[in-house]
Amino acid sequence: MNRIGVFICHCSLSPLPPAASKQVVGNIGSHPSVVYAAIHQEMCLDPGLEQITRVVEQHHLDAVVLTTCSPSVHAGTFRQSMSSAGLVDHQVEIVDLKAKGTRNTTGDIETSAEGLIDLINASVDRLRRNDFSRTTESPVIKRALVIGGGVAGLQSALDIAEGGYEVVVVEKTPSIGGHMLQYSEVFPTLDCPQCIMTPKMVEVSQHPAITLLTYAEVQQVRGVPGNFEVDILQKARKVDHHKCTGCGTCWQKCPEKVSSEFDVGVTTRTAIYIPFPQAVPSKPVIDTEHCRYTRYLQFLEEKGEGKKPPQCRICEKLCPTEAIDWDQQPEILTEKFGAIVLATGFELMPLEQVPEYSEDPDVINGIQFERILAPGGPTSGVVFRPSDGKTPREVAFISCVGSRDPERGVPYCSRVCCMYLAKQAMLYKHAVPDGEAYVFYIDTRSTGKGYEEFIQRAIEEGVMYLRGKVSRVFRDGEKLIIWGVDTLSGHRVEVACDLVVLGMAIVPTPGIKDLAEKLGILTDEAGFITESHPKLRPVETLVPGIYVAGTAQGPKDIPDSVAQASGAAAKVLTLFSKNKILVEEPAVG
Amino acid sequence: MKNMDLSYYPGCTLKTKAKNFEDSAIASMAVLGVNLVELPRWNCCGTVYSLAEDDLIHHVAAVRTLVRVKERGNGRVATLCSFCYNTLKRADLLMRNDPEKRNTLNSFMDEEIDYNGEVEVLHLLQVLRDDLGWEAISRKVKTPLTDLKVAPYYGCTLLRPQEAAIDVVERPTVLQELLQLLGAKVIDFPFSTECCGSFQIINRPDFITERSQAILGLAQRQGAEAMVLSCPLCSFNLGRAQNELIQRDSSFQSMPIIYFTQLLALSLGIDPEICGFDLNFGEPRSLLESKGLIT
Amino acid sequence: MRVVISPQKLHGDFVRKVVEVSGQNLNLCYQCGKCSAGCPMSFAMDLLPNQIMRLVQLGLEEDIANSKTVWLCASCLTCTARCPKGVDLSRVMETLRLLTLRKNKDYVELSKLSPETIAELPQIALVSGFRKLTS
Repeated sequence: MNRIGVFICHCSLSPLPPAASKQVVGNIGSHPSVVYAAIHQEMCLDPGLEQITRVVEQHHLDAVVLTTCSPSVHAGTFRQSMSSAGLVDHQVEIVDLKAKGTRNTTGDIETSAEGLIDLINASVDRLRRNDFSRTTESPVIKRALVIGGGVAGLQSALDIAEGGYEVVVVEKTPSIGGHMLQYSEVFPTLDCPQCIMTPKMVEVSQHPAITLLTYAEVQQVRGVPGNFEVDILQKARKVDHHKCTGCGTCWQKCPEKVSSEFDVGVTTRTAIYIPFPQAVPSKPVIDTEHCRYTRYLQFLEEKGEGKKPPQCRICEKLCPTEAIDWDQQPEILTEKFGAIVLATGFELMPLEQVPEYSEDPDVINGIQFERILAPGGPTSGVVFRPSDGKTPREVAFISCVGSRDPERGVPYCSRVCCMYLAKQAMLYKHAVPDGEAYVFYIDTRSTGKGYEEFIQRAIEEGVMYLRGKVSRVFRDGEKLIIWGVDTLSGHRVEVACDLVVLGMAIVPTPGIKDLAEKLGILTDEAGFITESHPKLRPVETLVPGIYVAGTAQGPKDIPDSVAQASGAAAKVLTLFSKNKILVEEPAVG
Repeated sequence: MKNMDLSYYPGCTLKTKAKNFEDSAIASMAVLGVNLVELPRWNCCGTVYSLAEDDLIHHVAAVRTLVRVKERGNGRVATLCSFCYNTLKRADLLMRNDPEKRNTLNSFMDEEIDYNGEVEVLHLLQVLRDDLGWEAISRKVKTPLTDLKVAPYYGCTLLRPQEAAIDVVERPTVLQELLQLLGAKVIDFPFSTECCGSFQIINRPDFITERSQAILGLAQRQGAEAMVLSCPLCSFNLGRAQNELIQRDSSFQSMPIIYFTQLLALSLGIDPEICGFDLNFGEPRSLLESKGLIT
Repeated sequence: MRVVISPQKLHGDFVRKVVEVSGQNLNLCYQCGKCSAGCPMSFAMDLLPNQIMRLVQLGLEEDIANSKTVWLCASCLTCTARCPKGVDLSRVMETLRLLTLRKNKDYVELSKLSPETIAELPQIALVSGFRKLTS
């Protein structure tokens, strides 16, 4: 190629300062094979693309180097445009303006002229040598992997399966269902979440196109979009699910008590367990960290001193189908997928991060309170407080704990707390009619359908809203004293409560950063998955073929999670409608 | 084995109204193997750290103190009064982190050597916890303070701002740990980091009485027999109004206000006369006698 | 009576001076009230700390001057330690005091203290009190 055109893109978001752009043009323009080098405004927009096409025609260019701030977003459009102008594949080089950039003091990426000149020179060289194709066709394997078995993951899985393709759902806990199953009733309808979720869970487990891998985690990902190879670790359940009938004898008789994850410590479970009665699969796993037989084996191995712990093995003795398998080992399953949907969900920020609100059994988080309120929960919905089991007569709900707190928490708003604290306050008052509920808030965010009306209903039903952030919570005898403020009336307020529910910040599931790195996608500062474009591509990530849904992308409520999950599924189905895709190879610089 | 020397900055009040604080500290540290060597030519640190961006003159007193430490050559200074600790520590941080102000202050104090943040400012509790260690101290305890129910009181200046804190701001444990290893029963009450009212004592002593009532009242309700602290101002504020508090509320009993070094000295077997319990508010002698800790 | 909010008030001398001497970005405060909720001296204050902050944001110098709040602040730094936005309110309070003190006006008169009081007070109280409340 001897008539190469180099196009330096510029707009207000350019990582290259204007003077540097001019320097690049000056330098590159003097290259013998480069007959055109110029700064172009906003190349990604239609007028910008038309202008490039005109230049190609007018200057009879036989190859182009196009620079862009975001190759993953714009490469496709550029290539399509150049194709219409008669330039294909190996005649088009795409250079990432940020590839040799560094972060400046304000956190933005800045590129130097020298860095960009290097990159462009390399591209020009390749064009001159008539080098191999920069894009390759890759086959699309029409199988999808969904990571995460909560409401978003299950929705995606069902949509893709109904679209006619095989799906594998990987869930790291022993059962699918996610956080939604822990809630007592969901806003604004006050529906029972178990009633709406369990049919979905059963549908997923019985769908012919869906394979459910619970108690499993993704270990490694290799390959390219449309053709991923994934190593999945199936953890050892120590129970053979082919033999197990889910009769429940083992977990009814297991003597070991462990704090229940599903009930967030409000009750206990056993060492061999299903996390909750409606678990799917309803067959147990053995938590070897707390199993007595495992402890016994460890004692033997370490030749421990003192009294030998009991062997136990009651589950094994009682199991009617001999399903207990102590020798079961974890397994790595390697599978191929064309698309991956990340639906790994969220956790609540731990209470230890707000020491001024006290470490106290009666200071709990929202999910713990949901378990206390839940009709199917540990007390069948009879409201009690953890320290002494008594009925709390005054309950405080504190918003924005950890959220909107750049100093000691996270700067963002967790979006759902205003709604669920109002809901919990109302449900508490329904359960304890002469009880008093206080909500300490700064602002009330209720943007969904029926949400504002829901908040007003809470206030009208007598939930006392006090505007101001709580400074301290501490125990004085039987009561928890709250030091807050009501900025609207200009008074500091003190409330003596029996129970305090904290609206903790929503944070990504731990371990997400590592998983994202394995997938080659980015997470933002808070750890949520970064979308391909925050406005226009909220379910795609920077790697084609990998999509995101639900709270893994950011805090949101259930309707938004479900909508996003269906959106991600639609993207998967679009991908699967093709047999091959073009995969862009990154420019080496 | 010869004792280790450590530069010691007393501050004004420790030489007069809080002499018991100093005496008990020097005696205890000597038993623990540390000579607190008073800084020569020290001046008042200024008590408060000026919070204005343009007020450099009020940092001079504190910086000059740090220069004195630097001149001695061993780079560390320990304080007892937590207020002094806070002021000196923040002055040191200012000199380390703000080049412009550092230059201005050094140029202004042209008769002194330059100070560039070479000194480590420590509070005695840090020396006990980090240099000596609880293990070593507990081995020297002769008279455990059995059955003495004490509430640790930090006040503000040991913990705020974050940069100067000697412990976790909202959940400090250093005093609790020390008192526990001395054998006392620690009442960890919620107001141990609530401000006593500080300098407002010269403006509205009536409000200080309110603060005192709130803090001492809760400590007593939760079972404390005495307050243990590290600041002569807190000691005065909390202790001064005891008679009035007793008059207001017949169920309130007098609460001895004791410096932590006095209890340290007592438990190390040092003569109670040196500990100077007569200077304290709330009559600690009778309490300590009732526990059989002094005769 | 309506309070007039205008650029003259919002960016006038008073606000500029407070920003300069305190070194704080007043816009950071989103009036959550946590400072007021935890302030140990607020039981005695006519206006709450967050209200003072609000008045500074609005440039309402007179309202602040008519209030005793800034003179009751004990510089305990609890507000600063707990503010979710990193506003150092104790510096703003100090600045508001200094704007008066630097006009050579004392808040506390030394002569008003009795000899008995002076004898009773430890030096630390006298020095810190005069540093904070006199010129």
